[in-house]
Amino acid sequence: MKAPPIAAALREGLAGALVAAGLALPMLGFRLVDSAQGLSLGTRFDWVLWAALIVGLGRFAMTILRGAWQPSQAPAMGEAKAARLRLMAGWALAGLAITLPFLPFSDRNLVDKATLVLIYVMLGWGLNIVVGLAGLLDLGFVAFYAVGAYSYALLATGLGWSFWLCLPLAGLFAAGFGVALGFPVLRLRGDYLAIVTLGFGEIIRVILQNWQDFTGGPSGISSIPRPTLFGLRFMASAPDGHQTFADYFGLAFSGDHRVIFLYFIILGLALLTNLFTLRIRRLPIGRAWEALREDEIACRSLGLNPTTIKLSAFALGAMFAGFAGSFFATRQGFISPESFSFIESAVILAIVVLGGMGSQIGVVLAALILVGLPEWFRELQQYRMIAFGGAMVLIMLWKPSGLLSSRAPTIRLKGAK
Amino acid sequence: MLKVENLHSGYGRIQALHGIDLEVGQGEIVTLIGANGAGKTTLLMTICGNPRATQGRVLLDGTDITRLPTHKIARLGLAHSPEGRRIFPRMSVLENLQMGAVVADPRHFSDDLDRVLTLFPRLQERLNQRGGTLSGGEQQMLAIGRALMSRPALLLLDEPSLGLAPLVVRHIFDLIAKINAEQKVTVFLVEQNAFHALKLAHRGYVMVNGRIALAGSGAELLANPEIRSHYLEGGVQA
Repeated sequence: MKAPPIAAALREGLAGALVAAGLALPMLGFRLVDSAQGLSLGTRFDWVLWAALIVGLGRFAMTILRGAWQPSQAPAMGEAKAARLRLMAGWALAGLAITLPFLPFSDRNLVDKATLVLIYVMLGWGLNIVVGLAGLLDLGFVAFYAVGAYSYALLATGLGWSFWLCLPLAGLFAAGFGVALGFPVLRLRGDYLAIVTLGFGEIIRVILQNWQDFTGGPSGISSIPRPTLFGLRFMASAPDGHQTFADYFGLAFSGDHRVIFLYFIILGLALLTNLFTLRIRRLPIGRAWEALREDEIACRSLGLNPTTIKLSAFALGAMFAGFAGSFFATRQGFISPESFSFIESAVILAIVVLGGMGSQIGVVLAALILVGLPEWFRELQQYRMIAFGGAMVLIMLWKPSGLLSSRAPTIRLKGAK
Repeated sequence: MLKVENLHSGYGRIQALHGIDLEVGQGEIVTLIGANGAGKTTLLMTICGNPRATQGRVLLDGTDITRLPTHKIARLGLAHSPEGRRIFPRMSVLENLQMGAVVADPRHFSDDLDRVLTLFPRLQERLNQRGGTLSGGEQQMLAIGRALMSRPALLLLDEPSLGLAPLVVRHIFDLIAKINAEQKVTVFLVEQNAFHALKLAHRGYVMVNGRIALAGSGAELLANPEIRSHYLEGGVQA
């Protein structure tokens, strides 16, 4: 496409600036000033001007550059090469993740943030099975995360079971809820499915909030036990009959040990999720998910049973969310329904969509951007949401179908190009 | 092989089929022609169990399959290539073929693949390409090839000529004849392209408003003046 003439670009820029000014006027233009006489209304019109200027120039530059800077549709390189590159990037990321706590520049803060990002990576991978592979739009994914978290919290505080015993149980419970949600929505598709799953997510949250006797209601569950390493505690001094990690290995006690241990748990869980998904994509069930996403009628006429395919996708996706949930509970030590609001579902879905539906590495990159970036910019206080929003706008401009949208086939014949 | 008795079916309150009787014998190519909205696709879909028949029976090799769910019917040696091809656009050609073989014994996979690729050499060239990037004719070949991967005894084809150039249509019909003759697959072909379908078929049925109006051998129907004026020389008004 030829670059449009300057005049058109100027027009675009002017229009963008006007829209930005209109939007910024009420939002940035006025502010409440707290003074000795009480609240008064102040103005900040210079900010409006700046916003309009930035948007206008951005729009102008974008229109000028459009010829050279097309949104990329197909990968520029061959598919085989792209697949190899993705594989290498995957190994590099995994290597970095494993060595991260021991790198010279890493500290407790960084490892803690990485743990948070990994929780979302795992959630994203779980939802990727449902949305990316099976094509079932789920807006209530946080429900399974909540089920996992509460399963662990209740089992651990009520029955005193250990984290390692509760983890698979929490996954199973969440998978059970996945099937329970799956049954009523079997006949639904697209928007309708999205609405019902949205409702399901809210139902779970409302139940958690109101079932005082069982879930603790809005005050949540506190003093959830921390995980142990084969019975070794991560505390300064162990209760009678137990040993601490530091004692056993003859190290000086440090709070960092627990942070690093938690990091490795979630890393292990996440890698497990990834291996599982990569593997299952090559099995008949995984291919059936993708075929179902493409065309349900064709699936049926080929002898596939959509019921089992959908339910298995819901169940497996939910199971990984359940694992992530119980990890979340043990890491925080405290959970309440507030942690499982709709915005969480939205963030997880955004991770999957921005990552490029169905792409595993895309999910990692998107989680780094959507969860890691706001954490990174936390020092910058109010600017972090600008960074977050800006990143989203850039991704949508640059890669409208997600960061990594090309899909590698699961089988190739030898000899065929 | 396939026997349809007094079949009634429809969507909700709208009845589309009013008592269809027809039969497809072993090794035959039987075609069903009719105008838009006559109920041809509904008949094929009802044979496959979606929508379900409200009255009447469908027998496959003497077994009643009327009440079976679609995915079970597909496991009985009946392959259905649905209207509009419905290939999986984001999956590669090879993966599409693989999906066709889900009900087949996995040990046969490479044999079946060879068989289909010999029949459609064009697919061989495009094996790792995405289904959605194929041309219309290639997609139709893929849809038929995918259906053949399950080693069906009976192949139901719904308008394979839909949206294809005349030359490509002729090629596809030659291939259908070849599948029938060389691979001993019985074919039940639903078509609007009456001329090609009747030339190819051993026998044919003509459907009008959800009823079978005429039946006979392909040549007979082709020579029938009523058919000629209605379906071959353009327009019902003639």
